[in-house]
Amino acid sequence: MVKATSVTNNIRALRAATGEITQAGLAERIGVTRQTIIAIEQGRYSPSLEVAFQIAHVFGVPLDDVFQYGGSDS
Amino acid sequence: MTLEERRSWTSLAVAVVAYGVYVAIVVSRAASAPLVDVDYVPAMLWTIGIAIVGSILINIGQAIFTPRRDQTVDVRDRDIAQIGDRVGQAFLVVGGVAALLLAIIEAHYFYIANVVYLCFVLSAVLSSVTKVVVYRRGF
Repeated sequence: MVKATSVTNNIRALRAATGEITQAGLAERIGVTRQTIIAIEQGRYSPSLEVAFQIAHVFGVPLDDVFQYGGSDS
Repeated sequence: MTLEERRSWTSLAVAVVAYGVYVAIVVSRAASAPLVDVDYVPAMLWTIGIAIVGSILINIGQAIFTPRRDQTVDVRDRDIAQIGDRVGQAFLVVGGVAALLLAIIEAHYFYIANVVYLCFVLSAVLSSVTKVVVYRRGF
């Protein structure tokens, strides 16, 4: 799978940890399509800051626990 | 596949098919007469009209048969539409400049009309292809 963005995320792991949030459920709660959640999870789309905060808010964790920037080491 | 991605595919297909039909008609008529004497105007207007009406009808049909949850237009759809439109607009400028140059050198109306039509089609095709690729590969 081609990664189109340097932003990585733990959404899949967080969904699994909560045990109840599906891609469709997460999409519905933040007002995007399920395809957008899939694209974000697979690293094919870097979400807007607003969407990123909304996702973190759904899981009740800080933004850094959901998203990491691959270029932050340099 | 979201409704917007389906619409990108539809737009691509309609543009290619309509222009293909137009070219086929003009080329078949050119077999019996010089290219610039071909009565291209009715074929051009009909294919443009059918493409516009056809796109609208297909879009309505797609909206009816797409599940409600996939009809949402979100921020990603808007971003992708913007990228595709930007690519497509480049060819509208190319078409305008090409028509201008042809008019300056007093080329036949046939060539001016056709270069504009071709660039409209290329604009639609490239815009749609860009959207489809971005939907599939990400950005």
